[in-house]
Amino acid sequence: MKNILEINNITKFYKNSVKALENVNLNIKEGEIFALLGPNGAGKSTLINSICGIVNFNTGTIKINNMDIVKNYRTTRKMTGIVPQELNLESFETVWNNVNYSRGLFGKKPDHNYIEKLLKQLSLWDKKDNKIKELSGGMKRRVLIAKALSHQPKLLFLDEPTASVDVELRKDMWDVVKKLNENGVTIILTTHYIEEAEELSDRVAVINDGKIILVDEKDKLIKKLGEKTIKIELFEPIEKISGNLSKYNFTLDQTNKIISHTYNLNSNTTDITELLNDVKKDGYEIKDINTEQSSLEEIFIKLIKENNNELVRN
Amino acid sequence: MNWYGIKAIYIHEMERFRRTLFQSLASPIITTSLYFVVFGSAIGSRITEIDGINYGSYIVPGMIMLTILTQSISNASFAFYFPRFTNTIYEILAAPLSSFEIVLGFVGAAASKSLIIGCVIILTANFFVDVRIDHPLLMMFFLILTSITFALFGFIIGMYAEGFEGLQIIPILIITPLVFLGGSFYSINMLPEFWQKISLLNPVLYLISGFRYSFYEVSDVSLFTSTLTILTILIGCIIFITYTFSKGYRIKD
Repeated sequence: MKNILEINNITKFYKNSVKALENVNLNIKEGEIFALLGPNGAGKSTLINSICGIVNFNTGTIKINNMDIVKNYRTTRKMTGIVPQELNLESFETVWNNVNYSRGLFGKKPDHNYIEKLLKQLSLWDKKDNKIKELSGGMKRRVLIAKALSHQPKLLFLDEPTASVDVELRKDMWDVVKKLNENGVTIILTTHYIEEAEELSDRVAVINDGKIILVDEKDKLIKKLGEKTIKIELFEPIEKISGNLSKYNFTLDQTNKIISHTYNLNSNTTDITELLNDVKKDGYEIKDINTEQSSLEEIFIKLIKENNNELVRN
Repeated sequence: MNWYGIKAIYIHEMERFRRTLFQSLASPIITTSLYFVVFGSAIGSRITEIDGINYGSYIVPGMIMLTILTQSISNASFAFYFPRFTNTIYEILAAPLSSFEIVLGFVGAAASKSLIIGCVIILTANFFVDVRIDHPLLMMFFLILTSITFALFGFIIGMYAEGFEGLQIIPILIITPLVFLGGSFYSINMLPEFWQKISLLNPVLYLISGFRYSFYEVSDVSLFTSTLTILTILIGCIIFITYTFSKGYRIKD
């Protein structure tokens, strides 16, 4: 699949000399959902704003559909839409005017049929004559999405799309994002919610302190860096780990009935069949077996910790 | 050119004007009426004529200029500062619009609002005094040029303002005194020689003088100097805005 977005060596300093981005390189494939993860102040929004032309960057190049975003800003900006993190809307305007205004800004001829279809798709049609101030937070978020889609972009940036929304609405938003992607829109989202990245994205990048520290397919990342824990519940309590089990670094819980062993999915150091055979050989009867895989959140925390430690060392 | 983009900004701004039509028009109409009561009736009864023109009629161009200047500045500065304040500016910056197109949309709308208000004041003035316009085309030329120039000036204020208070400082502390001291309500020939010379340093004097010439063919300075002054301010504003945009100052940094 071809790259729809190519970011090469982007560096961005703010006026107060704070380095927000440092030699960022990233390629986004057409049609994918890409999640950009990172703690507060990592540079996620600055990167998105640089791509969309909202802030100027200092060095490097950004290409959308193989066109430089500075030299060909008219063509490239028509291809992009952005949903900002904050609910930045004109409170006294109606939904209808707000969305049509956005379409006009992006140089598109008015198309009331398309806007009607879009508002219906986002369950906003019955609110079209309402002023923004009369809408709930979730509805406002939908209006922002409608505005970003009003000019039919190929590349959509969602900056923390579900920040401060309730769980139900978040799931609702995820459906919207999935549908958009099914309709051919490439989506780049920044998020704090790892479950969001886990649920939606094909690939993930982790950004910390203005630097991309990792880019990989979500599943591969979980597999590569993920850990799995096998928990074996025994019928009878045991006093300590001994015998054949001592070679596995088992831990014993407070009930003395559950033994746990954590292993890396990527390494072949643990043979589960052999492990279970050893449990049996030692004469323990197994009541239940449970496995837990590390989530993207745990991987993310681990990566950030490692990166911060490295920064401190340097 | 992104004509749809320019039109979107223009209509969006004019829509705001429509929503607040009463406040937008009531304020200048009431202010104009008050000036006529205070200056036209009270002072006008003592100064019957200036340069052969009835005092009440004489002050009409100055009053229009006062309103046009303040309205152009406040409309444009507010129009551009408001999206900065609410952060809705992101959409304009992300749109395929050049800085020229952004300015055209905002300044065009601000100047249009001022022109409408200017015309309303001329109509209001007609209720109080006889208003004669000897050179209507020249009057429109000055009216349009002044509206655009000071809307550009307002746009600069909107780009640099750090808060709503910042929008008011220059109009209150600089523009209003310059208009009052620029011969809005008198001819500089009525001043002592020293103050006449000082008044010539005031650029607003040239605007009012040229504008008044289009009404009654009387002026404190030559029409050429007046035209040159307004064009110089216009070009100065354009250069300043172009420079500011090229640096991304306050908007994209």
